[in-house]
Amino acid sequence: MSHSHTDHEAHNAEAMAEIKKVTIILSVFTIVELILGFWMMSLTSHALILAIKGTIVILMMAKAFYIVAYFMHLKHEVKNLIMTIIVPLLLFVWFIGAFLWDGSSFRNLRNDYDPYFKEQATIKVEKKAEEHGAAKHEATDAKHDAPAAKHETIGTSHETAKPEVEPYY
Amino acid sequence: MSTTTTASPNEAKLWGGGKSPFNSEYGKVMMWYFLMSDAFTFGAFLISYGTVRFSTNGWPNSNEVFRSFPFAPEGVHAPLVFVSIMTFILIVSSVTMVLAVHAGKNMDKQGVVRNMILTIIGGIAFLSCQAWEWNHLFHEGAWWGANPFLNADGTASSTNFTNFFFTITGFHGFHVFSGVVINIIMLIMTLMDKFEQRGHYLMIEKAGLYWHFVDLVWVFVFTIFYLL
Repeated sequence: MSHSHTDHEAHNAEAMAEIKKVTIILSVFTIVELILGFWMMSLTSHALILAIKGTIVILMMAKAFYIVAYFMHLKHEVKNLIMTIIVPLLLFVWFIGAFLWDGSSFRNLRNDYDPYFKEQATIKVEKKAEEHGAAKHEATDAKHDAPAAKHETIGTSHETAKPEVEPYY
Repeated sequence: MSTTTTASPNEAKLWGGGKSPFNSEYGKVMMWYFLMSDAFTFGAFLISYGTVRFSTNGWPNSNEVFRSFPFAPEGVHAPLVFVSIMTFILIVSSVTMVLAVHAGKNMDKQGVVRNMILTIIGGIAFLSCQAWEWNHLFHEGAWWGANPFLNADGTASSTNFTNFFFTITGFHGFHVFSGVVINIIMLIMTLMDKFEQRGHYLMIEKAGLYWHFVDLVWVFVFTIFYLL
């Protein structure tokens, strides 16, 4: 009787230690992510930014693993149950790869064959008015500008490029 | 007997009938499958965001868009700060949920009640933050079909950015909201001694699975929208 009691207590302490450990890991990973995010703001090197973004994605996956494995307790389930959850999720490998590839392929095709699409990406637009004035102005317009905004996205690039044309949004 | 000696005896027993081969309660297994389907819904949203972003030449800089903070004086820009607070609120509420589940396994009613209350407070705090952020963005002119922000390189931006932002954070916020409602129901059931009468706190575990999933999705939404 007393034996099972101490067993139970030991198991309890173990579980609490695990919760503590995972909490610390999640917090540290989040803080590292934020530090990387702040650092990234001051960078201009394309390759370095890409490397940091890759690191952030790896940290994100690690956090997801810790939440699912320990907080959601999946690691302590029967192997068969783990497999029925994890194996279907492998579909994401194709899902992410195929669709991001498709997206970037679509951009390349449009840049090659759609001169308007390519031109639009080179025309700088004036920053609307002064920041706070703009904020107030936009607030009053926010409710009825949905059709106008739609019009703008399909309007000609010259129209959006003209600084004297007050942007609709 | 001799034919099954190669298979692990444990496994043979597991599928031998008479007990759950998953060694888990039916509702819990079904909660897992529901969450898996929900993961695909969120995955589809986030992947379509990625696809559209990859197929577009310019995109707004999230540090320019999400830089405001409640009660900050005008002109003060604090990118990433507000959203990191939201992230930590969800992580902490996830930890209190684990503690509630843990207390439930020990049949510790007081522990369950205390931690469920903390979890509910965390969920409401997160929702309040999100409401503030949505309201702020709306007053800046951002909404479905309206995007006041320029691309990072100064070119005109489409409304894809705001459409995806409000749809995905809105769908996640709705999950947080339903999680809070579920947690409140669980708290009331605990206070009414429902689980004491049943002899187990499995419902708390199932609500916990859902709540952790909400936190899990936020890990992805936060990283993809605010950091990448």
